[in-house]
Amino acid sequence: MLKTGTDRVKRGMAEMQKGGVIMDVINAEQAKIAEASGAVAVMALERVPADIRAAGGVARMADPTIVEEVLNAVSIPVMAKARIGHIVEARVLESMGVDYLDESEVLTPADEVFHLNKRDFTVPFVCGARDLGEASRRIGEGASMIRTKGEPGTGNIVEAVRHMRMIQGQIRKVSAMSEDELMTEAKNLGAPYEILLQIKKDGRLPVVNFAAGGVATPADAALMMELGADGVFVGSGIFKSANPEKFARAIVEATTHYRDYELIAELSKGLGTAMKGIDISTLLPGDRMQDRGW
Amino acid sequence: MTKIGVLALQGAVREHIKALQESGAEAVGVKRIDELNDLDGLVIPGGESTAMRRLIDKYEFLEPLKAFAKEKPVFGTCAGLILMAKTIQGQDTAHLELIDMTVERNAFGRQKDSFEAELQIKGVGEDVNGVFIRAPYIVNVGKDVEVLSVHNDRIVAARQGHFLCAAFHPELTDDYRLHQFFVQMVNETKKVIA
Repeated sequence: MLKTGTDRVKRGMAEMQKGGVIMDVINAEQAKIAEASGAVAVMALERVPADIRAAGGVARMADPTIVEEVLNAVSIPVMAKARIGHIVEARVLESMGVDYLDESEVLTPADEVFHLNKRDFTVPFVCGARDLGEASRRIGEGASMIRTKGEPGTGNIVEAVRHMRMIQGQIRKVSAMSEDELMTEAKNLGAPYEILLQIKKDGRLPVVNFAAGGVATPADAALMMELGADGVFVGSGIFKSANPEKFARAIVEATTHYRDYELIAELSKGLGTAMKGIDISTLLPGDRMQDRGW
Repeated sequence: MTKIGVLALQGAVREHIKALQESGAEAVGVKRIDELNDLDGLVIPGGESTAMRRLIDKYEFLEPLKAFAKEKPVFGTCAGLILMAKTIQGQDTAHLELIDMTVERNAFGRQKDSFEAELQIKGVGEDVNGVFIRAPYIVNVGKDVEVLSVHNDRIVAARQGHFLCAAFHPELTDDYRLHQFFVQMVNETKKVIA
């Protein structure tokens, strides 16, 4: 008997990505640079988040031509983004053989009430979260991997730090609770009880938890690992920097050896200009991608 | 106590450490060459073989790993199996070249084709749950290689002397029989060296 699309197979795929860096790319050439630099996967997009932010308007699933081009260019896994709640975009990407879908707040949501029922799909999903309640709801819907939302396309790590600290702190709190306090905590967090119970028992999320949304330098990547991330997504940070290949390699090495500070110093020398950042307080409420989804 | 390292450059390190501990060995992650020194055996975990190879090259790990493998047992799962193979289909070069076999990467298809299946593994069990994730398989083996498991006519586990490899992920299940099998191999080699 051969079973596909099981929780173990979907979550296991993310387990294999641990300690690695997943990079946003917009064509085959960038995908090849990412692979050669040691990326564990690439995210195929039409625009990186910084450009989505600049372009404004409605951001949708990438042109399938780009996704196909990237699928054919590399041997590492290829991820792609579908809009929150957009069942058909997700099905289209799944049918193309994409290895992992990101139900992503970087794109304009298609549904402001309901996220996808990710259990229905054979392909695994990663979803963004700002706190343990949000992470647990997404896992409840079938997400096989969680990432912090951060604030995408800003090159500013502060929101990713906030979300990672929040999630880790809440996990510690839940772990220390007695079981009779748990249902009230589930109610307060808006988290499914059974998932919270499992988190309490294991002392961690039942799926891999990556950092995303604002990683711009090797030190940023190492910081997120220090705070408990299992790995790192880098969106605009690589191909919006002065020297993408060098940045990509340096971020990969800093993620593996995140406590080797002499090495991170070496890696950070003469990297050239990182992407230009944005102060979060200058963003208008409507431009905050992290507030999309619930 | 038998001490086994898990190459911790990238991939499913935590799961292997737990499985080895449950199998009665001491287990540690290995990120630097000098950490190989006091080990009795090594596990190369699943992950992305291209990413691991780049980190192996960057820190000049390749030769120390080959030297380690001359005497000590090594067990590779999925990407680890690819790193141990002498030949990789469609590629001119291989990595550690420890086992006389040809492997094909992502041989079962993309992630949506990843699967679980019950396996018979010689010397290990008749009902082992194999978790295959974008898995490779062994296309053919040399005369010194013992085939341990075949799934749908494809070789998915093998042993050559003190080297063991699996195309699937025993570390993702609670069934530690294959890890126990490897710990046994390490204990036997340890006795011979002593």
